[in-house]
Amino acid sequence: MKNTPPDTPSSISRRKLITTGLAATAGVGGLAVAARLAQRYGLIPPDHGGLGICGPGETMNYAVQRLLTPHSLAREFSRNMISKAPFANEVAPPSDQFKQLQAGGFADWRLTVDGLVARPTTFSLADLKSLPHRSQITEVVCEEGWSYVAEWIGTPLDAVLNQVGVLPQARYVAYFSIEHDWWDSLDLTDAFHPQTLLAHAMNDGDLPVGFGGPLRMRVPRQLGYKSIKYITRLTVTDSMKRYGKGLGSASPEGGYAWYAGI
Amino acid sequence: MRSAPAIPAPYLSIPCYSAPVSATVTPLKVATPRHTALVRVTHWLTVISFFALLITGAEIVISHPRFYWGETGNVNMQPLFSLHIASSRDTVPTGYPYVMPDQNGWSRALHFQAAWVAVLTGLVYFIASLVNGHFRKNLVPAPPDRSWTAFRTVIARYLRRAPPIAAEAHSYNVLQRTSYLAVIFVLFPLVILTGLALSPAFNAAFPFVVDAFGGRQSARTLHFFITIFLVLFLIIHVAMIFLAGFIPRMRAMIAGRVVQPRERR
Repeated sequence: MKNTPPDTPSSISRRKLITTGLAATAGVGGLAVAARLAQRYGLIPPDHGGLGICGPGETMNYAVQRLLTPHSLAREFSRNMISKAPFANEVAPPSDQFKQLQAGGFADWRLTVDGLVARPTTFSLADLKSLPHRSQITEVVCEEGWSYVAEWIGTPLDAVLNQVGVLPQARYVAYFSIEHDWWDSLDLTDAFHPQTLLAHAMNDGDLPVGFGGPLRMRVPRQLGYKSIKYITRLTVTDSMKRYGKGLGSASPEGGYAWYAGI
Repeated sequence: MRSAPAIPAPYLSIPCYSAPVSATVTPLKVATPRHTALVRVTHWLTVISFFALLITGAEIVISHPRFYWGETGNVNMQPLFSLHIASSRDTVPTGYPYVMPDQNGWSRALHFQAAWVAVLTGLVYFIASLVNGHFRKNLVPAPPDRSWTAFRTVIARYLRRAPPIAAEAHSYNVLQRTSYLAVIFVLFPLVILTGLALSPAFNAAFPFVVDAFGGRQSARTLHFFITIFLVLFLIIHVAMIFLAGFIPRMRAMIAGRVVQPRERR
């Protein structure tokens, strides 16, 4: 008679039960410690918990990319890679305030920098252009899937921040469009990243209004929606809780993650 | 007073009426181990995350149902091909008079969440299977099966609609092993890498990955086609489960055992 294996796979021994219990307790404890460390080292994005059950994956994206590759540089392309047919999403019709400034050739456009800075300052476009500038050929990548490559010329955000003197307790730089309810923020890693620009020119010409002229944030390591158009104000802050719904930008209020590195 | 009814004669010949139950009696059916707990748990986590990725991925595609080759692509450029579906953006020319509702916010978040589950599950499965010999024992074809003849034999059996041979209740045939290896070692890594090559931060850190695929839009297009291959695999996989016997195969992947009639000797 042939022997058949005993029917055991489902029987759980007491030892196995205790080991599993201990492992689960250690796992939960480990997660709690990890969460505390992550908070301390700035690995929790301001919209954590704001995206509901879909959100923890976005927090993982941010934490891992900040832990492993905080200082990598976005790919820069050769001049022949510049897209001949770039595309810009249309924005809402400009406000009267914008149209007035546009009529004056943006001579009266101002960028106000305030918050946790040593010297709150208001810059004209000419002031910004007198600061160190940088030109880079990078890709604009929309979360929808499309993209284009352009040359962006502007003032590195870190040049502006160094000019005003960021205070030690600062953690975020919030930036606001002249258009209502259009604002976002960067952590200091991206705010001081050498490729983060306040762009005022594109492909050797002035930045067209459709592409965000006269002044647009360019954050090439994140998706296009972080590159807000028509910037008039920067605020350096230690917490994003006081702005909007406290999620770090207008995007999470519409269901989109604050961190758009992926 | 009536006497107790007599037991009808035929029943007396049935052993269990006459013989006491002894320890040597074995059940008519036996359950034998099939899939380890690790295989079962990682399998179902993969199923859940795959469906989440598929649905959310489709939602994201709807916002730009055009595909390109190379580094860049947008509605001002010639697509490689377009899906003939409506879009959730009015900037995309689709020929449809309406715009679908935007679902990208939660779709993107859930896509990444499911991707984390899938990748971490895959990592556990991969390391454990290397260590415990699951790949070597159960997935790499045994030496006598590494021939075209072995493939042809299995394919011919499928084409004849022959019932699965007894060994296949406990082991995979060469065609199954090759398919699973292709999914685990080719399609899964490719779908993960082409997905990562869509992340601007990942591309900043590891530019050679997106360059290897021929640019960001090529990576996006490949991500789409690899998904199609994975869905084709899924359809065939599920069809084979039904052909081989849905309940026994599901029981093997859920409870881990194969129940078979006792062999008679």
